[in-house]
Amino acid sequence: MSAPSQARGALRGTSGRTIVADRAATVVLWALGGFVLLLLGAIILHFVIASIGVVSPSFIFGDPSDTELGGVGPLLWNSVYMLVLAMLIAVPLGILAGIYMSEYAGDNRVTDTIRFAEEAISSVPSIVVGLFGLIAFVNLTHWGFTALGGALALTLFNLPLMARLSEQALRAVPADERSASLALGATKWQTIRHVVLPLAIPGIVTGIILTAGRVFGEAAALLFTAGLSTPTGYNFGNLNIFDPKSPWSPFRPATTLSVYIWKTNSEGLSQFAAQIGDGASALLLGSVLIFNLGARFLGRILTRRLTAA
Amino acid sequence: MAVVGEAAGLAGLHVRPALRDRLDLPRRVVFLAAASMVAIVFVLLGFIAWQGVQLFVQNGYPIGSVISTTWSPQDAPISFGVLPFVAGTIGVTGVAVLISAPLSIGLALFLSEVAPRWARAVVQPALEIFVGIPSVVWGWLGLTILVPFLRTNLNGLGFTLGFSWFAGSLVLSIMILPTITTITYDAFRAVPQDLRTGSLALGTTRWQTIRHILLPAARAGTLTAIVLGLTRAAGEALAVQMVIGNRPTMPTSLTQPMTTLTSQITLDMGNTVFGAPDNNVLWTMGLILLAISMIAVLLIRKLNRSGGRR
Amino acid sequence: MTIGIRRFGVLAMAATLAIAACSSAATTPPAASSASSAAPAGGSFAAPACASGTITAVGSTALQPLVDAAGKAYVAACPAATVTVNGGGSGTGLTQVASGAANIGDSDVTAESKLATPDAATLVDHPVAKQGWIVVANKDVTGVTNLTTDQNKQIWTGAVTNWKQVGGPDLPIVLILRPTSSGTRATFKQIVLGGASEANGQALTEDSNGAVTTSVQATPGSISVIGFAYYQGTAKANLVGFQLDGVDATVANMASGVYKLNAVGHMYTKGQPTGLTKAFLDYMLSDAVQKGLIPAQFYAPVNP
Repeated sequence: MSAPSQARGALRGTSGRTIVADRAATVVLWALGGFVLLLLGAIILHFVIASIGVVSPSFIFGDPSDTELGGVGPLLWNSVYMLVLAMLIAVPLGILAGIYMSEYAGDNRVTDTIRFAEEAISSVPSIVVGLFGLIAFVNLTHWGFTALGGALALTLFNLPLMARLSEQALRAVPADERSASLALGATKWQTIRHVVLPLAIPGIVTGIILTAGRVFGEAAALLFTAGLSTPTGYNFGNLNIFDPKSPWSPFRPATTLSVYIWKTNSEGLSQFAAQIGDGASALLLGSVLIFNLGARFLGRILTRRLTAA
Repeated sequence: MAVVGEAAGLAGLHVRPALRDRLDLPRRVVFLAAASMVAIVFVLLGFIAWQGVQLFVQNGYPIGSVISTTWSPQDAPISFGVLPFVAGTIGVTGVAVLISAPLSIGLALFLSEVAPRWARAVVQPALEIFVGIPSVVWGWLGLTILVPFLRTNLNGLGFTLGFSWFAGSLVLSIMILPTITTITYDAFRAVPQDLRTGSLALGTTRWQTIRHILLPAARAGTLTAIVLGLTRAAGEALAVQMVIGNRPTMPTSLTQPMTTLTSQITLDMGNTVFGAPDNNVLWTMGLILLAISMIAVLLIRKLNRSGGRR
Repeated sequence: MTIGIRRFGVLAMAATLAIAACSSAATTPPAASSASSAAPAGGSFAAPACASGTITAVGSTALQPLVDAAGKAYVAACPAATVTVNGGGSGTGLTQVASGAANIGDSDVTAESKLATPDAATLVDHPVAKQGWIVVANKDVTGVTNLTTDQNKQIWTGAVTNWKQVGGPDLPIVLILRPTSSGTRATFKQIVLGGASEANGQALTEDSNGAVTTSVQATPGSISVIGFAYYQGTAKANLVGFQLDGVDATVANMASGVYKLNAVGHMYTKGQPTGLTKAFLDYMLSDAVQKGLIPAQFYAPVNP
């Protein structure tokens, strides 16, 4: 027993039991911290081991197959493609919404309603978003299953997240910067455009990457919107975006990597279903890790650049 | 800098930005972007609600018909009782939160009160990676590791099949752990440092301070975190569906298969045709899920308000 | 890569010629067009009559592998055509074809059994293949090789709950069911169970062949029904497959009609098909598919 805690005990007449309880609590809390690290380590290790002999360049870039191990190339492409498509809509809209919430919104009912909407959308279960997408972007539009329909459904999730993260990044810009710009005679919009926004860019970029990571893993909302097909033989030379054969076209079904994991488990004819599932999961986990580390790294670099300038 | 700021404040008084800003174009554009979220909510609620009541409107089933424990959409007597699914969703999320909440709160305490800087620098990124692990990956892990483990090693406890309520809850509890932890952590950080030092100065131990000062002070935040965890768990679909066995009866035991709203929707949606009663009942289930999440949002707002001002 | 693209270009040119010869899309294509005979997928069979355009076939996951393979073979022979094949389930297929979101709806069951009469009446049925199912059990169920229709009925309705009652080991029977909406379940129920309801008590529900196969392999004493295509290779080695009433579950027995657990796979169109849709459906019924792809994918020709 250390001297300070003895002294503490003496002051309050704390019994030995409280001190034991304190020690025990400390041990338990440390154990919890260790548990999380161990769990994550175990999961990563599991996938590293499982991907040995499965994940190779031919797996990452190859076409899926029913008779051999095959690959996940087109599905990985679809994941990236849908991600870009969804972000093209969500990022500008989200940043603009963030600007409103941070720079213009007053303490009134309108702001309150928008804030409520933001919270409401982010808590809608992804499968319900998928159902909504099924009515709105598949049945009503008569598009059938399309990448665009899936991307629009993904936008629904991202928009509130993107708006909130941009708002936070903008709010973190010190008020003095704004006042200084306004004092120099700049209009409010000029101030936002040339002073506040550039300073908030590191935060916004981090936000974009974190949002992107979420899109990459989403499956439930895509089951009913982007379809379940087994794409092969993508010809990237075909740049006609209105040709459903082109991998660049938004009007074609686009099964993503995470949906493929689901499909492999449920309808996979392949003898290698388990290996494909493990390999695809490992790839997905790897992408998430890259997104996460990328967000941190880029955020740090941008902060250094922009604050030094 | 501060001087300039003050000057700007004064200057601001003279140009009267309020009126001009009200009329300018950028303001309208950003407002529309923000307001689009309100539009989305209305359209989404409208569509799901409309399709969710079609079982009663279009197919003419009385509302009471879904309040039954019998799920028999094909065999006579046909019954669209959704109670097994509602009970399953409540059951699987409830147990998940029971497992996850103590762990998460403890973890948040560790991060906010106990961990030295280096430990926090390791555990926090780890948690962020957890948030990013896709739900299909959790389902895949549950199916290939947890379910066989339960069946072979805990068969004696009643896990005859491995697929079980408990397996679903365990997978969910890990999935919501980062959610609850991060928000609770923020709540602990928001407790003024003075309260801690004051308490410690009185000679209490750290654990006493945590129990008697910190936990009560962060109550609203902790509850918010738990409600958010519950919502996320209730809406989770694929990970749960892969491990619970999907038995469409009222849940009976933690060791046996059960079913949820989300898993029944994923099972039946593709096989039924839009507008048929056995399809419309799935939309009714979707509406119930949506209602659950909306109630949670309102609850959280209420918690925040009571926690923020008092 | 560049070589691939160049070859693609050559094929495309060949196809353009073929179409020029074929009188353009909408009308009935002539019986044979020699221009695309160099196409790889045709094999020794006559090349398909080519039409150009884009069609989507959506629906049954049980038919998906066949339609997918046929679609790819067709497009390889007729590069001016795009055939997109999607899963999603029979219900989705019927919904989308009835609403016009897809050109073809693939279904394991008839439209009449799913859709309301007015909608079903607008659809035209094109039976394309016979699909068979086999009753399988976990590897630890030894000593049983045949289950009669009656025994199946007792097992699935819960009258028999232990394998020893049908000559197997002393092991409780675990039923692995499909969702009530599934075509597999409907077919099995009609042909084998005579319409009797399955017991839910000791059952799991898995939604698809793959998940069912995994679950049966892993769960002691379990029994389920899977499509022929899934009872191959490692799955075959890790499962026990039963005869039905003493008849082996083989494609040949299904084709000849002695194995009764089979059903016709349907491809529905809204109204009579035209253009590429018609050309593709004709191709589905051609020898290239009926005698080539269908046996290779463990289906049986629709017309013996």
